[in-house]
Amino acid sequence: MQAGMNKTFLYNSHLSLNAKMAPFGGYEMPIQYEGILAEHFATRSKATVFDTCHMGEFLIAGPNAAQDLDKILSCPVALIKSGQCRYGFICNQNGGVQDDQIVYRLEENIFFMVVNASTQDNDFEWIKSNISPRTSIKNLSRKTGKIDFQGPLSVKLIKQLLRNPIDDLKYYHWMHNFYNNKKVLLSRTGYTGEIGFEIYLDEKQTKSFWDDCLSLGAKPAGLGSRDTLRLEMGYPLYGHELGQSRNAAESGYARAIATDKQFIGSHVVLDPGCAHDALCGILIEGRRAARNGDSICDAASAVIGTVSSGSFSPSLGCAIAMGYVKKEHSGIGTRLVINTGKARLSGTVTEMPFYKQATARKKLSDFLR
Amino acid sequence: MSKSPSPGDRKFTKTHEWVKIEGGKAIVGISGHAQEALGDITFIELPAIGKKVNKAESCSVIESVKAASDIYAPVSGEIAEVNTSLETAPEVINKDPYQRGWLFSIKNFDAADVSGLMDAAAYDAFVESEK
Repeated sequence: MQAGMNKTFLYNSHLSLNAKMAPFGGYEMPIQYEGILAEHFATRSKATVFDTCHMGEFLIAGPNAAQDLDKILSCPVALIKSGQCRYGFICNQNGGVQDDQIVYRLEENIFFMVVNASTQDNDFEWIKSNISPRTSIKNLSRKTGKIDFQGPLSVKLIKQLLRNPIDDLKYYHWMHNFYNNKKVLLSRTGYTGEIGFEIYLDEKQTKSFWDDCLSLGAKPAGLGSRDTLRLEMGYPLYGHELGQSRNAAESGYARAIATDKQFIGSHVVLDPGCAHDALCGILIEGRRAARNGDSICDAASAVIGTVSSGSFSPSLGCAIAMGYVKKEHSGIGTRLVINTGKARLSGTVTEMPFYKQATARKKLSDFLR
Repeated sequence: MSKSPSPGDRKFTKTHEWVKIEGGKAIVGISGHAQEALGDITFIELPAIGKKVNKAESCSVIESVKAASDIYAPVSGEIAEVNTSLETAPEVINKDPYQRGWLFSIKNFDAADVSGLMDAAAYDAFVESEK
């Protein structure tokens, strides 16, 4: 293990499961247990648990908290009701993305926010310096455990572990529930495209919840399959599709960007003249993968963009990629060539998600039968 | 990592290929240790039949979900056969690296190239020393 790496509350569990470990976001994290493909397919068809304790959690409160967050986040905040959560960007002054996050409205004036591990310290300082005097921010990360329980069977399984019914929990909504008589926050969110939950618990409950999930039959899944799953859904990864020098609007995640308010960076993000590139999904012919940084060329071999993420897609059985290309080359059906340095891969701009059968948005009750 | 010893009927390279001499040809694959370290293999580019290859030079590419790696010719010679079934089912290399997961064979090779390679015990010790 590299010196100076943080460990999550589940670090010893990963070692006893013989996980392959690697540094990610300042933490020593499990990449895979049984194997990336097996964990990928288990998430699509059964149930898996991911250790996401490395992520950062903040509590933001005060009479002006909603207005302050509306200024800091690209997504609508004041409009959302208690019980809902929203995905959005923390933009910088230039419209670049400092981080992506989910904000939960706990009460009228109390919000909970989850951010990426590697960016959490910067995020905290940035938010602190941009809130008004009566708004407070508290970093809960060190005391908060987080587990993602994902896949079609996760609904029946998690129900066995929680005291209160979950049947009415809708997509991108959250509820308080009780595990071992301790209060937990449960949301119908995730990063895999499958129906499932993100659960936030006290650090002391985290290991026992993880162990209970495994004894109910959930498989542990690592960051390797987390990446192939999110890529098949066209979900962005900070540092790949999102970054400080990339205009948030170019990502094309329109649902994360409110057009009827001003926020830090919105003079760039909301100005169509500032978006020169567009993020595309690229379906590649064959199994050979493109990787982050590979150049994207048009039919005449002129460079028109760069791959941000690429991998073999286990569900589709071929390689897929996301990348930024000049807007005029981003139309669905455009033929492209990716130059990996070793090979030239033919591809076509395609609609995302790549994988169309994902269950995340389906009715929860369909999974309780 | 797998604790079982590598098979004794073949030789190994420091770049984790194995070679087995059979019917005058050198059959080549990757070791059990190599497939385990790579993880799930998703793609292989096999050399063209008839291609002349030089010892220790890259002649094939293998990809797992996370990474791409070169395969180096363990001996100089000419590509005789390739295992085309791997092109649609590269996962066989993970499942059976020493039998059904063979990659290609080389003919007209120099026997001296083979004798310079490691036997199974030396290879296992080498893998251990690399940890």
